[in-house]
Amino acid sequence: MSEFTLPSLGADMDEGKLLEWKVKPGDRVQRGQVIAVVDTSKAAVEVEIWQDGVVSELVTQPGETIPVGAVMARLEGTGEPARTDKPPTPPRTAASPAARRRARELAVDIGKVTGTGPHGAVTTEDVESAAARVASPPEKQLVAETVPAAVDRAREMRTAIAAAMSRSKREIPHYYLSQPISMQRASEWLTTENARRPITERLLMAVLQLKAVASALGDFPDLNGFYRDGAHQASKAVHAGVAISLRQGGLVAPAIHDVGERTLDELMQALSDLVRRARAGSLRASEMSDPTITVSNLGEGGVETVFPVIYPPQVAIVGFGTLLPRPWMQSDGGLRAEPTVVASLGADHRVSDGHRGALFLAELSRRLQQPETL
Amino acid sequence: MTITYREALRQGLYNAFDSDERVFLMGEDVGRYGGTYAASKGMLEKYGPERVRDTPLSELAFVGAGIGAALGGMRPIVEVMTVNFSMLALDQIVNTAAMLRHMSGGQFSVPVVIRTSTGAGRQLAAQHSNTLEAWFAHVPGLKVVAAATIDDAHGMIRAALADSNPVIIFEYPALFEVKGEISRPVVDITSARVLREGHRVTLVTYGACLYKTLQAAEEVDGEVIDLRVLRPLDMEPVLASVRKTRRAVVIDEGWRSGSLAAEVMARIMEQAFYDLDAPLARVCREEVPMPYPKHLEEAALPQPAKIVAAVKGLFA
Repeated sequence: MSEFTLPSLGADMDEGKLLEWKVKPGDRVQRGQVIAVVDTSKAAVEVEIWQDGVVSELVTQPGETIPVGAVMARLEGTGEPARTDKPPTPPRTAASPAARRRARELAVDIGKVTGTGPHGAVTTEDVESAAARVASPPEKQLVAETVPAAVDRAREMRTAIAAAMSRSKREIPHYYLSQPISMQRASEWLTTENARRPITERLLMAVLQLKAVASALGDFPDLNGFYRDGAHQASKAVHAGVAISLRQGGLVAPAIHDVGERTLDELMQALSDLVRRARAGSLRASEMSDPTITVSNLGEGGVETVFPVIYPPQVAIVGFGTLLPRPWMQSDGGLRAEPTVVASLGADHRVSDGHRGALFLAELSRRLQQPETL
Repeated sequence: MTITYREALRQGLYNAFDSDERVFLMGEDVGRYGGTYAASKGMLEKYGPERVRDTPLSELAFVGAGIGAALGGMRPIVEVMTVNFSMLALDQIVNTAAMLRHMSGGQFSVPVVIRTSTGAGRQLAAQHSNTLEAWFAHVPGLKVVAAATIDDAHGMIRAALADSNPVIIFEYPALFEVKGEISRPVVDITSARVLREGHRVTLVTYGACLYKTLQAAEEVDGEVIDLRVLRPLDMEPVLASVRKTRRAVVIDEGWRSGSLAAEVMARIMEQAFYDLDAPLARVCREEVPMPYPKHLEEAALPQPAKIVAAVKGLFA
């Protein structure tokens, strides 16, 4: 017997509304299978399960809003006897009288507050810090066009972006670096490579850039991961959040997982799939919850340099401007027009310093000079 | 000028005698011996046997005589050597002193002041180590005060004599060598006092535990309140402090069951429930007759370490 609980679909997501079950009692489910669609109030997200088993009970009904961590369904592992008795109802949240009063004043749901008092009881301080988190909620950028009440979505998304970016600018001491990079070799390589591919399999420069970022990050753990509880948590894997602007406004930044480990073809496929699903509003929980760095490519807009704002709790963001021919000094001292891009870095000064950022951009440039190795 | 608690008591008695000729002192060994704790030393010589009267060993008789004198217009101070012997006078104190005003329809008041020493900590074993303030604080018609500070040891007697009700002043032999200056020559017997400001927890106490509580408060950023008046309780400073700290521990040298600590906790629950962030806690005497051996006596009493531990229990 095990329980399937509502996962956090974003660093600070508090609750979600079940839209749809993709399974029913008696169904066998497998690790990685999408079993439910949950509305995080900003987007419909397909939620995967991470264990095998047989669904014995669907606890949450579609339409219900439940806190992160609440039991949504119960499962039986293979070979375990069916369970017939009802599990005990969860105990009332232990909270001090003062905490309950404060929670009412601040309109905080005390059941969702983690207690730090005696026996884990919720105290006034816990309520106040929970309220402070709600006041500056995390980025809830996902939008789903298929979800009802889409009219409000634009405003909600704007509110969510406002909150996330306000938090970023309030909490994260950014530093910014930028560097023009010659894309002569990358462009030539890409042209040759695409010439021998069917149109449907052609690569975008954005994919090369993405891979180059992930490869370069190998030596820069201080630019990858999260800043939580006053400390940097480096991530070994690079899950790159890709900023995708949506037609109705706003943007999302779901992750492509393990970018460093995947081939360009796989990345191209992943990127196409991600953009399509982002715009269709069917992103997956795992894609939303764990980008370790974000890459923002504003090349289509004609800008020269992106001054990117970090998406908390990440610690860095890489921007790419428009690929443009610019005068570029040659080794013989002459000038020649070469396709170039300005790569920029916004990084968290609590975790890294400008020197490290500069080395990273240099490494990124070096990688882009060897497109065949990407 | 720095004086001892004992000297403060003595000066208070002298002041009382000088300020009102109706004031006299009676009790066991208060005259020729100068008082069991030397609080009335020299008074017989100064004020004479009319005003400083040694009594026979009968608490019931001489407390009753004091009540009679008060009814007759005098301002008697009756010294009951220790609270352990006050049990012999309970009928006079409870059934007579406390009730005559009510039973006479307000025609008679009983302005008697009973001084008695109380508390443990001096290896006097079970029968001479009681802390029974709560018994008296239970009785309507009595005022009960606990002198824990130099100011109160000195000043409470005057305030008690000025009151038309029977007042019992508890004095603490465990504190007799505490030194300090008289900072307030005149004190009231109506209010509790904050003796140390703090933020994390309210520590409510009275009497002998005050200094242990102050010591513990240093460690836990406690706000220390000396109740001073055990009946009628002045809860306002306690409630105000609890509203600030949201946590409280009551430290009481008496036994836990039916204790003053229990009463204070109940009132906090009644009046400040929604301000609490943790259950109330108390540190009391262990519920055993006081052992004679020093280490066991210490183990049976509230101590700073126990207070600190109780406070820490209010935090995860």
